[in-house]
Amino acid sequence: MLRFLIAVIRRDLKLAARRKGDWLTSQFFFVMVVSMFPLGIGPDPAMLSKVAGGVLWVAALLAALLSLSRLFADDHRDGSLEQMLLSPNPPVLLALGKALAHWLIYGIPLLLIAPVLGVQFALPGDAIGVLMLSLLVGTPVLSLLGSVGAALTLGLRGGGVLLTLLILPLYVPALIFGAGAVDATLAGVGAEANLSLLAAFMVMTLLVSPWVAAAALRVSIE
Amino acid sequence: MSSSIAWFKFAAPMTFYGLAGRLIPWFAWSAGLLAAIGVYIAFFVAPTDFQQGEAYRVIFIHVPAAWMSMFLYLVMAFWSAVGLAWNTRLSFMMSRALAPTGALFAFLSLWTGALWGKPMWGAWWVWDARLTSSLILFFLYVGIMALWSAIDDPRRGDKAGALLTLIGAINVPIIYFSVKWWNTLHQGASISLMKAPTMAATMVTGMLIMTFAAWFYAIAAAMIRVRGIILERERHTEWAAEILEGK
Repeated sequence: MLRFLIAVIRRDLKLAARRKGDWLTSQFFFVMVVSMFPLGIGPDPAMLSKVAGGVLWVAALLAALLSLSRLFADDHRDGSLEQMLLSPNPPVLLALGKALAHWLIYGIPLLLIAPVLGVQFALPGDAIGVLMLSLLVGTPVLSLLGSVGAALTLGLRGGGVLLTLLILPLYVPALIFGAGAVDATLAGVGAEANLSLLAAFMVMTLLVSPWVAAAALRVSIE
Repeated sequence: MSSSIAWFKFAAPMTFYGLAGRLIPWFAWSAGLLAAIGVYIAFFVAPTDFQQGEAYRVIFIHVPAAWMSMFLYLVMAFWSAVGLAWNTRLSFMMSRALAPTGALFAFLSLWTGALWGKPMWGAWWVWDARLTSSLILFFLYVGIMALWSAIDDPRRGDKAGALLTLIGAINVPIIYFSVKWWNTLHQGASISLMKAPTMAATMVTGMLIMTFAAWFYAIAAAMIRVRGIILERERHTEWAAEILEGK
Protein backbone atom coordinates (compact mmCIF):
# COMPACT_ATOMS: atom_id res chain seq x y z
CA MET A 1 0.00 0.00 0.00
CA LEU A 2 2.61 2.48 1.13
CA ARG A 3 4.89 1.34 -1.65
CA PHE A 4 2.17 2.14 -4.20
CA LEU A 5 1.69 5.60 -2.71
CA ILE A 6 5.42 6.30 -2.86
CA ALA A 7 5.58 4.95 -6.40
CA VAL A 8 2.82 7.34 -7.52
CA ILE A 9 4.55 10.30 -5.91
CA ARG A 10 7.98 9.38 -7.28
CA ARG A 11 6.57 8.93 -10.77
CA ASP A 12 5.01 12.40 -10.76
CA LEU A 13 8.15 13.99 -9.33
CA LYS A 14 10.23 12.36 -12.03
CA LEU A 15 7.85 13.53 -14.74
CA ALA A 16 7.95 17.07 -13.32
CA ALA A 17 11.75 17.02 -13.20
CA ARG A 18 11.87 16.11 -16.88
CA ARG A 19 9.36 18.74 -17.94
CA LYS A 20 10.60 21.77 -16.06
CA GLY A 21 8.63 24.17 -18.21
CA ASP A 22 5.38 22.89 -16.77
CA TRP A 23 5.97 23.68 -13.18
CA LEU A 24 8.10 26.77 -13.73
CA THR A 25 5.18 28.32 -15.63
CA SER A 26 3.00 28.05 -12.58
CA GLN A 27 5.64 29.56 -10.28
CA PHE A 28 6.25 32.50 -12.59
CA PHE A 29 2.51 33.00 -12.87
CA PHE A 30 2.44 33.36 -9.08
CA VAL A 31 5.29 35.88 -9.07
CA MET A 32 3.83 37.91 -11.92
CA VAL A 33 0.30 38.11 -10.52
CA VAL A 34 1.65 39.27 -7.19
CA SER A 35 3.90 41.83 -8.90
CA MET A 36 0.95 43.33 -10.75
CA PHE A 37 -0.71 44.47 -7.54
CA PRO A 38 1.74 47.23 -6.52
CA LEU A 39 1.47 48.55 -10.08
CA GLY A 40 -2.28 48.64 -9.73
CA ILE A 41 -2.71 50.00 -6.22
CA GLY A 42 0.41 52.12 -5.78
CA PRO A 43 3.82 51.69 -4.13
CA ASP A 44 2.93 52.97 -0.64
CA PRO A 45 4.67 50.48 1.74
CA ALA A 46 2.06 50.91 4.48
CA MET A 47 -0.73 49.91 2.14
CA LEU A 48 1.28 47.13 0.53
CA SER A 49 2.10 45.45 3.81
CA LYS A 50 -1.58 45.66 4.73
CA VAL A 51 -2.75 43.80 1.62
CA ALA A 52 0.27 41.49 1.28
CA GLY A 53 -1.26 38.46 3.01
CA GLY A 54 -4.44 38.58 0.95
CA VAL A 55 -2.70 39.26 -2.34
CA LEU A 56 -0.17 36.46 -1.93
CA TRP A 57 -2.85 34.02 -0.86
CA VAL A 58 -5.21 34.84 -3.72
CA ALA A 59 -2.32 34.53 -6.17
CA ALA A 60 -1.44 31.16 -4.61
CA LEU A 61 -5.02 29.94 -5.11
CA LEU A 62 -4.98 30.97 -8.76
CA ALA A 63 -1.54 29.47 -9.38
CA ALA A 64 -2.67 26.19 -7.78
CA LEU A 65 -5.80 26.05 -9.92
CA LEU A 66 -3.79 26.79 -13.04
CA SER A 67 -1.56 23.80 -12.48
CA LEU A 68 -4.33 21.55 -11.13
CA SER A 69 -6.21 21.44 -14.41
CA ARG A 70 -3.39 19.20 -15.69
CA LEU A 71 -3.18 17.00 -12.60
CA PHE A 72 -4.83 13.97 -14.21
CA ALA A 73 -5.14 15.18 -17.81
CA ASP A 74 -1.78 13.96 -19.16
CA ASP A 75 -2.18 10.51 -17.62
CA HIS A 76 -5.73 10.37 -18.91
CA ARG A 77 -4.65 11.20 -22.44
CA ASP A 78 -2.00 8.49 -22.73
CA GLY A 79 -4.16 5.91 -20.97
CA SER A 80 -1.91 5.36 -17.96
CA LEU A 81 -4.54 6.71 -15.58
CA GLU A 82 -6.96 4.01 -16.65
CA GLN A 83 -4.28 1.35 -16.13
CA MET A 84 -3.52 2.65 -12.67
CA LEU A 85 -7.22 2.55 -11.78
CA LEU A 86 -7.49 -1.00 -13.13
CA SER A 87 -4.58 -2.15 -11.00
CA PRO A 88 -5.49 -3.85 -7.69
CA ASN A 89 -4.16 -0.88 -5.71
CA PRO A 90 -6.82 1.26 -4.05
CA PRO A 91 -7.74 4.34 -6.13
CA VAL A 92 -7.87 6.39 -2.93
CA LEU A 93 -4.11 6.04 -2.64
CA LEU A 94 -3.71 7.03 -6.26
CA ALA A 95 -5.72 10.20 -5.65
CA LEU A 96 -3.82 10.91 -2.43
CA GLY A 97 -0.45 10.30 -4.08
CA LYS A 98 -1.31 12.56 -6.98
CA ALA A 99 -2.41 15.35 -4.64
CA LEU A 100 0.70 14.99 -2.46
CA ALA A 101 2.96 15.02 -5.52
CA HIS A 102 1.18 18.15 -6.71
CA TRP A 103 1.83 19.76 -3.36
CA LEU A 104 5.52 18.85 -3.46
CA ILE A 105 5.90 20.15 -7.01
CA TYR A 106 3.79 23.30 -6.82
CA GLY A 107 3.17 24.05 -3.15
CA ILE A 108 6.70 23.87 -1.80
CA PRO A 109 8.22 26.19 -4.44
CA LEU A 110 5.47 28.75 -3.75
CA LEU A 111 6.42 28.59 -0.12
CA LEU A 112 10.06 29.29 -0.97
CA ILE A 113 9.28 32.19 -3.32
CA ALA A 114 6.83 33.80 -0.91
CA PRO A 115 9.43 35.47 1.43
CA VAL A 116 10.99 37.34 -1.50
CA LEU A 117 7.59 38.67 -2.50
CA GLY A 118 6.86 39.45 1.14
CA VAL A 119 9.95 41.66 1.26
CA GLN A 120 8.73 43.43 -1.87
CA PHE A 121 5.47 44.09 -0.07
CA ALA A 122 7.32 45.58 2.91
CA LEU A 123 6.25 42.84 5.31
CA PRO A 124 8.17 42.74 8.61
CA GLY A 125 10.21 39.64 9.42
CA ASP A 126 7.77 37.94 11.80
CA ALA A 127 4.90 38.39 9.33
CA ILE A 128 6.99 36.78 6.60
CA GLY A 129 7.62 33.83 8.88
CA VAL A 130 3.89 33.47 9.55
CA LEU A 131 3.15 33.83 5.84
CA MET A 132 5.47 30.91 5.11
CA LEU A 133 3.97 28.89 7.92
CA SER A 134 0.43 29.58 6.70
CA LEU A 135 1.41 28.54 3.17
CA LEU A 136 3.07 25.41 4.53
CA VAL A 137 -0.12 24.40 6.32
CA GLY A 138 -2.52 25.77 3.72
CA THR A 139 -1.15 24.72 0.34
CA PRO A 140 -1.94 21.01 0.96
CA VAL A 141 -5.60 22.10 1.15
CA LEU A 142 -5.27 23.65 -2.29
CA SER A 143 -3.78 20.47 -3.76
CA LEU A 144 -6.23 18.12 -2.02
CA LEU A 145 -9.48 19.98 -2.73
CA GLY A 146 -8.21 20.82 -6.19
CA SER A 147 -7.62 17.14 -6.96
CA VAL A 148 -11.36 16.60 -6.49
CA GLY A 149 -12.12 19.33 -9.00
CA ALA A 150 -9.49 18.03 -11.41
CA ALA A 151 -11.01 14.55 -11.25
CA LEU A 152 -14.54 15.89 -11.79
CA THR A 153 -13.60 18.01 -14.79
CA LEU A 154 -11.32 15.41 -16.38
CA GLY A 155 -11.51 15.55 -20.17
CA LEU A 156 -14.24 18.21 -20.31
CA ARG A 157 -14.18 21.14 -22.67
CA GLY A 158 -13.13 24.33 -20.92
CA GLY A 159 -11.86 22.23 -18.02
CA GLY A 160 -9.54 24.88 -16.61
CA VAL A 161 -12.08 27.66 -16.21
CA LEU A 162 -14.70 25.19 -15.03
CA LEU A 163 -12.30 23.88 -12.38
CA THR A 164 -11.84 27.42 -11.09
CA LEU A 165 -15.60 27.92 -10.91
CA LEU A 166 -16.11 24.71 -8.95
CA ILE A 167 -13.23 24.88 -6.52
CA LEU A 168 -12.66 28.56 -5.76
CA PRO A 169 -15.70 28.80 -3.43
CA LEU A 170 -14.43 25.77 -1.53
CA TYR A 171 -11.06 27.46 -1.00
CA VAL A 172 -12.65 30.29 0.98
CA PRO A 173 -11.81 28.96 4.47
CA ALA A 174 -8.16 28.39 3.53
CA LEU A 175 -7.92 31.90 2.12
CA ILE A 176 -9.53 33.48 5.16
CA PHE A 177 -7.40 31.66 7.73
CA GLY A 178 -4.20 31.87 5.70
CA ALA A 179 -4.40 35.58 4.95
CA GLY A 180 -5.90 36.12 8.39
CA ALA A 181 -2.82 34.65 10.05
CA VAL A 182 -0.61 37.25 8.33
CA ASP A 183 -3.01 40.07 9.18
CA ALA A 184 -3.24 38.98 12.80
CA THR A 185 0.57 39.06 13.08
CA LEU A 186 0.63 42.56 11.65
CA ALA A 187 -2.07 43.63 14.09
CA GLY A 188 -0.03 42.13 16.93
CA VAL A 189 -2.69 39.70 18.17
CA GLY A 190 -0.80 36.54 17.24
CA ALA A 191 -1.50 34.10 14.43
CA GLU A 192 -2.04 30.96 16.50
CA ALA A 193 -5.84 30.92 16.22
CA ASN A 194 -5.83 31.30 12.43
CA LEU A 195 -3.04 28.79 11.95
CA SER A 196 -4.75 26.23 14.18
CA LEU A 197 -8.01 26.57 12.26
CA LEU A 198 -6.14 26.33 8.98
CA ALA A 199 -4.41 23.18 10.20
CA ALA A 200 -7.76 21.72 11.28
CA PHE A 201 -9.20 22.47 7.85
CA MET A 202 -6.16 20.85 6.25
CA VAL A 203 -6.55 17.68 8.31
CA MET A 204 -10.22 17.50 7.40
CA THR A 205 -9.56 17.85 3.68
CA LEU A 206 -6.80 15.27 3.99
CA LEU A 207 -9.34 12.84 5.43
CA VAL A 208 -12.16 13.52 2.96
CA SER A 209 -10.73 14.65 -0.38
CA PRO A 210 -8.84 11.51 -1.50
CA TRP A 211 -12.04 9.45 -1.21
CA VAL A 212 -14.13 11.96 -3.12
CA ALA A 213 -11.41 12.39 -5.73
CA ALA A 214 -11.16 8.62 -6.19
CA ALA A 215 -14.95 8.37 -6.61
CA ALA A 216 -14.86 11.27 -9.06
CA LEU A 217 -12.09 9.57 -11.03
CA ARG A 218 -14.16 6.44 -11.34
CA VAL A 219 -17.16 8.48 -12.50
CA SER A 220 -15.05 10.31 -15.06
CA ILE A 221 -13.29 7.27 -16.45
CA GLU A 222 -16.13 4.78 -16.84
CA MET B 1 -44.31 -2.20 4.71
CA SER B 2 -46.98 -1.04 2.31
CA SER B 3 -45.71 2.52 2.51
CA SER B 4 -42.16 1.49 1.60
CA ILE B 5 -43.48 -0.30 -1.49
CA ALA B 6 -45.27 2.86 -2.57
CA TRP B 7 -42.03 4.81 -2.19
CA PHE B 8 -40.19 2.49 -4.51
CA LYS B 9 -43.06 2.53 -6.95
CA PHE B 10 -42.78 6.30 -7.26
CA ALA B 11 -39.01 6.10 -7.57
CA ALA B 12 -39.55 4.90 -11.13
CA PRO B 13 -39.44 7.89 -13.50
CA MET B 14 -42.56 6.71 -15.36
CA THR B 15 -44.84 6.62 -12.32
CA PHE B 16 -43.35 9.75 -10.86
CA TYR B 17 -44.00 11.58 -14.10
CA GLY B 18 -47.72 10.96 -13.66
CA LEU B 19 -47.69 11.71 -9.93
CA ALA B 20 -45.85 14.99 -10.46
CA GLY B 21 -48.29 15.96 -13.17
CA ARG B 22 -51.18 15.51 -10.75
CA LEU B 23 -49.44 17.32 -7.88
CA ILE B 24 -48.12 20.35 -9.76
CA PRO B 25 -51.47 22.24 -9.96
CA TRP B 26 -52.01 21.80 -6.21
CA PHE B 27 -48.60 23.17 -5.30
CA ALA B 28 -48.71 25.90 -7.90
CA TRP B 29 -52.16 27.15 -6.85
CA SER B 30 -51.34 27.03 -3.14
CA ALA B 31 -48.13 28.91 -3.83
CA GLY B 32 -50.04 31.59 -5.73
CA LEU B 33 -52.77 31.84 -3.11
CA LEU B 34 -50.34 31.99 -0.18
CA ALA B 35 -48.21 34.56 -1.98
CA ALA B 36 -51.29 36.72 -2.54
CA ILE B 37 -52.23 36.51 1.15
CA GLY B 38 -48.62 37.11 2.18
CA VAL B 39 -48.25 40.15 -0.05
CA TYR B 40 -51.53 41.54 1.27
CA ILE B 41 -50.34 41.15 4.85
CA ALA B 42 -46.96 42.58 3.93
CA PHE B 43 -48.35 45.76 2.44
CA PHE B 44 -51.65 46.41 4.21
CA VAL B 45 -51.78 44.57 7.53
CA ALA B 46 -48.25 44.59 8.92
CA PRO B 47 -47.51 47.82 10.80
CA THR B 48 -44.80 50.24 9.82
CA ASP B 49 -41.61 49.49 11.71
CA PHE B 50 -40.82 52.36 14.05
CA GLN B 51 -37.09 52.05 13.44
CA GLN B 52 -36.84 51.01 9.82
CA GLY B 53 -39.91 52.70 8.35
CA GLU B 54 -41.54 51.21 5.27
CA ALA B 55 -38.35 49.83 3.76
CA TYR B 56 -38.35 46.89 6.15
CA ARG B 57 -41.20 45.34 4.13
CA VAL B 58 -38.67 43.82 1.76
CA ILE B 59 -37.99 41.18 4.44
CA PHE B 60 -41.24 39.49 3.44
CA ILE B 61 -39.52 38.36 0.26
CA HIS B 62 -35.92 38.56 1.48
CA VAL B 63 -36.09 36.20 4.45
CA PRO B 64 -38.09 33.45 2.68
CA ALA B 65 -35.71 33.66 -0.29
CA ALA B 66 -32.66 33.35 1.95
CA TRP B 67 -34.16 30.44 3.85
CA MET B 68 -35.16 28.64 0.69
CA SER B 69 -31.74 29.12 -0.91
CA MET B 70 -30.15 27.30 2.03
CA PHE B 71 -32.90 24.73 2.45
CA LEU B 72 -32.93 23.78 -1.24
CA TYR B 73 -29.18 23.20 -1.13
CA LEU B 74 -29.73 20.75 1.72
CA VAL B 75 -32.50 19.01 -0.24
CA MET B 76 -30.17 18.80 -3.24
CA ALA B 77 -27.45 17.29 -1.06
CA PHE B 78 -30.01 14.81 0.32
CA TRP B 79 -31.04 13.67 -3.17
CA SER B 80 -27.40 13.49 -4.23
CA ALA B 81 -26.59 11.25 -1.29
CA VAL B 82 -29.62 9.04 -1.99
CA GLY B 83 -28.66 8.84 -5.64
CA LEU B 84 -25.06 7.91 -4.94
CA ALA B 85 -26.06 5.36 -2.29
CA TRP B 86 -28.86 3.55 -4.14
CA ASN B 87 -28.10 4.60 -7.69
CA THR B 88 -31.67 5.80 -8.25
CA ARG B 89 -31.93 7.85 -11.39
CA LEU B 90 -34.83 9.93 -10.18
CA SER B 91 -32.83 11.29 -7.23
CA PHE B 92 -30.23 12.78 -9.55
CA MET B 93 -32.97 14.24 -11.70
CA MET B 94 -34.57 15.85 -8.63
CA SER B 95 -31.23 17.34 -7.68
CA ARG B 96 -30.83 18.79 -11.16
CA ALA B 97 -34.36 20.14 -11.13
CA LEU B 98 -33.85 21.89 -7.80
CA ALA B 99 -30.59 23.69 -8.58
CA PRO B 100 -31.92 26.51 -10.80
CA THR B 101 -34.65 27.33 -8.27
CA GLY B 102 -32.10 27.34 -5.46
CA ALA B 103 -29.81 29.63 -7.42
CA LEU B 104 -32.76 31.89 -8.18
CA PHE B 105 -33.61 32.20 -4.48
CA ALA B 106 -29.96 32.81 -3.59
CA PHE B 107 -29.78 35.58 -6.16
CA LEU B 108 -33.10 36.98 -4.98
CA SER B 109 -31.93 37.09 -1.37
CA LEU B 110 -28.76 38.94 -2.38
CA TRP B 111 -30.68 41.37 -4.53
CA THR B 112 -33.39 42.16 -2.00
CA GLY B 113 -30.69 42.34 0.65
CA ALA B 114 -29.00 45.08 -1.35
CA LEU B 115 -32.30 46.91 -1.72
CA TRP B 116 -32.79 46.73 2.03
CA GLY B 117 -29.18 47.61 2.82
CA LYS B 118 -29.17 50.88 0.91
CA PRO B 119 -31.74 52.72 3.08
CA MET B 120 -30.76 50.89 6.31
CA TRP B 121 -26.98 50.79 6.20
CA GLY B 122 -26.43 53.43 3.53
CA ALA B 123 -24.66 50.91 1.31
CA TRP B 124 -25.79 48.47 -1.33
CA TRP B 125 -23.29 45.94 -0.16
CA VAL B 126 -21.33 45.38 3.03
CA TRP B 127 -19.04 42.42 3.65
CA ASP B 128 -21.26 41.14 6.38
CA ALA B 129 -20.90 37.46 7.28
CA ARG B 130 -24.39 36.56 6.06
CA LEU B 131 -24.11 38.46 2.82
CA THR B 132 -20.73 36.98 2.06
CA SER B 133 -21.76 33.43 2.80
CA SER B 134 -24.94 33.87 0.72
CA LEU B 135 -22.76 35.05 -2.12
CA ILE B 136 -20.57 31.97 -1.78
CA LEU B 137 -23.65 29.75 -1.67
CA PHE B 138 -24.75 31.36 -4.92
CA PHE B 139 -21.28 30.59 -6.36
CA LEU B 140 -21.68 26.95 -5.31
CA TYR B 141 -24.99 26.71 -7.16
CA VAL B 142 -23.41 28.28 -10.24
CA GLY B 143 -20.44 25.89 -10.08
CA ILE B 144 -22.67 22.82 -9.87
CA MET B 145 -24.84 23.96 -12.77
CA ALA B 146 -21.73 24.77 -14.80
CA LEU B 147 -20.42 21.26 -14.20
CA TRP B 148 -23.71 19.71 -15.32
CA SER B 149 -23.83 21.79 -18.46
CA ALA B 150 -20.24 20.86 -19.35
CA ILE B 151 -20.85 17.11 -19.17
CA ASP B 152 -22.82 15.69 -22.09
CA ASP B 153 -23.15 12.15 -20.75
CA PRO B 154 -26.11 12.26 -18.33
CA ARG B 155 -24.88 9.42 -16.11
CA ARG B 156 -21.48 10.96 -15.59
CA GLY B 157 -23.01 14.40 -15.12
CA ASP B 158 -25.41 13.07 -12.49
CA LYS B 159 -22.71 11.48 -10.38
CA ALA B 160 -20.14 14.24 -10.80
CA GLY B 161 -22.71 16.85 -9.84
CA ALA B 162 -23.79 14.79 -6.85
CA LEU B 163 -20.20 14.47 -5.59
CA LEU B 164 -19.67 18.21 -5.94
CA THR B 165 -22.97 18.96 -4.18
CA LEU B 166 -21.99 16.74 -1.27
CA ILE B 167 -18.50 18.16 -0.83
CA GLY B 168 -20.07 21.60 -1.00
CA ALA B 169 -22.55 20.60 1.71
CA ILE B 170 -19.70 19.53 4.00
CA ASN B 171 -18.02 22.85 3.31
CA VAL B 172 -21.01 25.14 3.81
CA PRO B 173 -20.83 25.24 7.63
CA ILE B 174 -17.05 25.69 7.53
CA ILE B 175 -17.40 28.52 5.03
CA TYR B 176 -20.10 30.13 7.15
CA PHE B 177 -18.03 30.12 10.32
CA SER B 178 -14.81 31.15 8.61
CA VAL B 179 -16.59 34.09 7.02
CA LYS B 180 -18.16 34.99 10.34
CA TRP B 181 -14.82 35.00 12.16
CA TRP B 182 -13.16 36.81 9.29
CA ASN B 183 -15.85 39.43 9.49
CA THR B 184 -15.52 40.05 13.22
CA LEU B 185 -11.75 40.14 12.87
CA HIS B 186 -11.78 42.77 10.17
CA GLN B 187 -14.40 45.29 11.05
CA GLY B 188 -15.68 44.44 14.48
CA ALA B 189 -19.36 44.01 15.15
CA SER B 190 -20.29 47.25 13.44
CA ILE B 191 -23.54 45.99 12.00
CA SER B 192 -25.78 43.41 13.56
CA LEU B 193 -28.76 42.08 11.71
CA MET B 194 -30.29 40.73 14.88
CA LYS B 195 -30.40 44.06 16.68
CA ALA B 196 -33.96 44.67 15.57
CA PRO B 197 -36.50 44.44 18.40
CA THR B 198 -38.89 41.52 18.53
CA MET B 199 -41.16 41.61 15.56
CA ALA B 200 -44.88 42.20 15.62
CA ALA B 201 -46.97 39.05 15.35
CA THR B 202 -48.45 40.05 11.99
CA MET B 203 -44.95 40.45 10.59
CA VAL B 204 -44.04 36.93 11.65
CA THR B 205 -47.28 35.55 10.23
CA GLY B 206 -46.75 37.32 6.92
CA MET B 207 -43.20 36.08 6.72
CA LEU B 208 -44.19 32.50 7.48
CA ILE B 209 -46.95 32.59 4.87
CA MET B 210 -44.50 33.93 2.32
CA THR B 211 -42.07 31.20 3.28
CA PHE B 212 -44.68 28.53 2.58
CA ALA B 213 -45.51 30.25 -0.70
CA ALA B 214 -41.83 30.14 -1.68
CA TRP B 215 -41.62 26.53 -0.59
CA PHE B 216 -44.62 25.41 -2.62
CA TYR B 217 -43.41 27.43 -5.58
CA ALA B 218 -40.05 25.64 -5.33
CA ILE B 219 -41.78 22.25 -5.26
CA ALA B 220 -43.98 23.10 -8.23
CA ALA B 221 -41.09 24.54 -10.25
CA ALA B 222 -38.85 21.56 -9.48
CA MET B 223 -41.58 19.12 -10.47
CA ILE B 224 -42.24 20.87 -13.75
CA ARG B 225 -38.53 20.81 -14.43
CA VAL B 226 -38.10 17.19 -13.39
CA ARG B 227 -40.95 16.18 -15.74
CA GLY B 228 -39.02 17.79 -18.57
CA ILE B 229 -35.84 16.00 -17.56
CA ILE B 230 -37.68 12.65 -17.31
CA LEU B 231 -39.14 13.04 -20.78
CA GLU B 232 -35.77 14.00 -22.20
CA ARG B 233 -34.02 11.03 -20.63
CA GLU B 234 -36.76 8.49 -21.34
CA ARG B 235 -37.59 9.63 -24.84
CA HIS B 236 -36.48 6.26 -26.21
CA THR B 237 -39.02 4.37 -24.13
CA GLU B 238 -42.49 3.61 -25.36
CA TRP B 239 -44.50 5.55 -22.78
CA ALA B 240 -42.46 8.70 -23.16
CA ALA B 241 -42.65 8.52 -26.94
CA GLU B 242 -46.43 8.26 -26.67
CA ILE B 243 -46.62 11.40 -24.53
CA LEU B 244 -44.25 13.28 -26.82
CA GLU B 245 -46.24 12.35 -29.93
CA GLY B 246 -49.52 13.15 -28.25
CA LYS B 247 -48.44 16.76 -27.82
